Amino acid sequence: MDPEPKKPEDSPSNSANSHAPVQPPSPFPDEVLEKVLSFIDSHKDRSSVSLVRKDWYNAERWTRSKLFIGNCYSVSPEIVARRFPRIKSITLKGKPRFSDFNMLPRDWGANVHSWLVMFAKVYPFLEELRLKRMTVTDESLELLAKSFSGFKALSLSSCDGFTDIGLKAIASHCRNLTELDIQDSVTEDVGGGWLSCFPENFASLEVLNFASLNSEVSFDDLERLVSRCKSLRVLKVNESITLDQLQRLLVHAPQLLELGTGSFLQELTPRQYEDIESAFSNCKNLQILSGLWEANSLYLPVLYGACAGLTFLNLSDAPLQSGEFAKLLAHCPNLRRLWVVDTVEDKGLEAVGSCCPLLEELRVFPADPYDRHHRDGVTELGFLAVSRGCRNLHYVLYFCRRMTNAAVVTIVQNCPDFTHFRLCIMTPGQPDYLTNDPMDEAFAAVVKTCTKLKRLSVSGLLTDLTFEFIGKYAKNLETLSVAFAGNSDWGMQCVLEGCPKLRKLEIRDSPFGNAALLSGLKKYEMMRSLWMSDCNVTMKGCRLLAREMPRLNVEVIMDEESDESQADKVYVYRSVAGPRRDAPPFVLTL
Amino acid sequence: MEIATGNFESDLNLEATELRLGLPGRDESDEQSSSCLKNNKRSSSEKDEQQECGAPAPKAQVVGWPPVRSYRKNVLKKPESGYGSGSDGSGMFVKVSMDGAPYLRKIDLKFYKNYFDLLKALENMFKCTIGVYSEREGYNGSEFVPTYEDKDGDWMLVGDVPWDMFINSCKRLRIMKGSEAKGLGCL
Repeated sequence: MDPEPKKPEDSPSNSANSHAPVQPPSPFPDEVLEKVLSFIDSHKDRSSVSLVRKDWYNAERWTRSKLFIGNCYSVSPEIVARRFPRIKSITLKGKPRFSDFNMLPRDWGANVHSWLVMFAKVYPFLEELRLKRMTVTDESLELLAKSFSGFKALSLSSCDGFTDIGLKAIASHCRNLTELDIQDSVTEDVGGGWLSCFPENFASLEVLNFASLNSEVSFDDLERLVSRCKSLRVLKVNESITLDQLQRLLVHAPQLLELGTGSFLQELTPRQYEDIESAFSNCKNLQILSGLWEANSLYLPVLYGACAGLTFLNLSDAPLQSGEFAKLLAHCPNLRRLWVVDTVEDKGLEAVGSCCPLLEELRVFPADPYDRHHRDGVTELGFLAVSRGCRNLHYVLYFCRRMTNAAVVTIVQNCPDFTHFRLCIMTPGQPDYLTNDPMDEAFAAVVKTCTKLKRLSVSGLLTDLTFEFIGKYAKNLETLSVAFAGNSDWGMQCVLEGCPKLRKLEIRDSPFGNAALLSGLKKYEMMRSLWMSDCNVTMKGCRLLAREMPRLNVEVIMDEESDESQADKVYVYRSVAGPRRDAPPFVLTL
Repeated sequence: MEIATGNFESDLNLEATELRLGLPGRDESDEQSSSCLKNNKRSSSEKDEQQECGAPAPKAQVVGWPPVRSYRKNVLKKPESGYGSGSDGSGMFVKVSMDGAPYLRKIDLKFYKNYFDLLKALENMFKCTIGVYSEREGYNGSEFVPTYEDKDGDWMLVGDVPWDMFINSCKRLRIMKGSEAKGLGCL
């Protein structure tokens, strides 16, 4: 649901008190309109539809069954409940993205409970709930498990606050569960007992992902569960599951589309090796593969038989060396998406360029982000090699320790269709390592050449020039992430005045101050949110913003050690719900 | 490197010449640079911070940078029971001999998690049957019996002591022919 505050006069949200002029009768009867609208899925399209006229607004709200709320604080449960009577599927996102990197204090908020209380009252037929960066307690999971008899799909991405007690409730009570998908869990050790709580006759699971939960589960119960659930298409186990256990699971579920293995480290007898090799070869439908903890060259070959149809290979938990990686890649000609650790080095990326002509997305993660082991990782050469061989590349996330302007210019010439360009040169403020120039030229080339660019993360030594170029050329940019960059307010102003489609702006450790903050006054209402931390913004500037723009929530997160006049962490977002009612003491709403 | 002390101590900068184990620039300098960070949150360049503290090479750690999620930070960390791929070293390699076999083998005890895994691997390696261990009978009835030489130089039956104790005291392994091992099985 995207609140559109720019046209308050036309908004029919308070239809009872509407002073809008009487509209001519609709050419369609309501039933026809509702039928037509029921085919529209995208929430953006539905928002547009709802703005056309009052009867369209009403038809839309009665036919909407999927709700998308990108910022849980932009609207309240009460407002949602009033507007949409028939919701079956909800996606709700909470904390700002920088919380992934420990930049938000604990207990900041985004607790789903008050939402669940409302859902239980108003949407008893709720089937799907997808949460991202929200705090979900055991109490909430218990409420969820007991409130919706037809509940089918639960997805928790980067959520925290729950233990196995909550998961036990889900397993025990959700009789029709088809999906339990826990990704990037940010919880302390969640015990493994929950898996054993699925009833003996429960067989409806299609998606099971517990890869990010640490604890051991009962393998016997898992095996029985997998063999019962004939429609299982996604299975991602955790590291506690061994290779020979995996073999038994695969024998029960050769129909899998997505597999996350457990630990790949186990000394196998020749017989066991053969068995697992044959189990993988029987997985004819495998498209997505992940896990592979501690995989090494000895056992990777057991996979080869399953790789022909692979479109997404996620090796981000398996730091491979270039040789074994290249051998594996040779069996994966159909890859569209590839995630690797930089232990494969430039040589490994050369193999990517040679073996994966259909590649669309590449993510390279650092094995050693704090440079403790002084490993080489990847450089501009690896990125260049990929760009030469993979002309369809449109998504990249690349962590490296050195880069040059010239390389990036060539890369975007090779691959002009980038929609997501996230380059992270790991040392803050690092220049082009060959010329010692700022990296302005690189990002200028990116925004000039890649006209479809929607998401950009910049890094390295950058002056205001970079931001001038971004403002001037990045006409489709929606998300921009900035760290340790820029010279003055002017840089940020260029972006705020230039990028018409900007929705999310997150900035840290950059010299932008009040003038920059205030230059975006009108813009912030069109955006989902702005984050600024460790910049030069003061409380005075924030108060001014809050006063001028009453429909924005301007929140300052106070640090114990900080100077009271400085606003160290500022989070600004549009909201129709007013200031947060659940803000902890260290969050000041101005 | 002992140098006569006196008024020259501070000038001599003894610390710089001190012999140490471990990587240079660790520990102390890490702490120095991270404490400097708390006072210098606003500095936009790491280089400034390092100059102010006088700390050398090791990179000061900035909160939330590089932007990797916490669970990804430990990708290189291997638990002790892991297969030593060489980079972190310290495998526990011991020689294994089998009566009648022409040459010895070597295995890494750290690779295995328990006796069951070890014995299965040995059976596989030497194509023999070792059988099941029992406290009373040892491997009585087996054609082959696994034994090991411990720190004291004594030849012991594999399986008597807890696994962790075993791998820490085992110096070499010998798979004896059952007929010869009778003495070890019955005490």
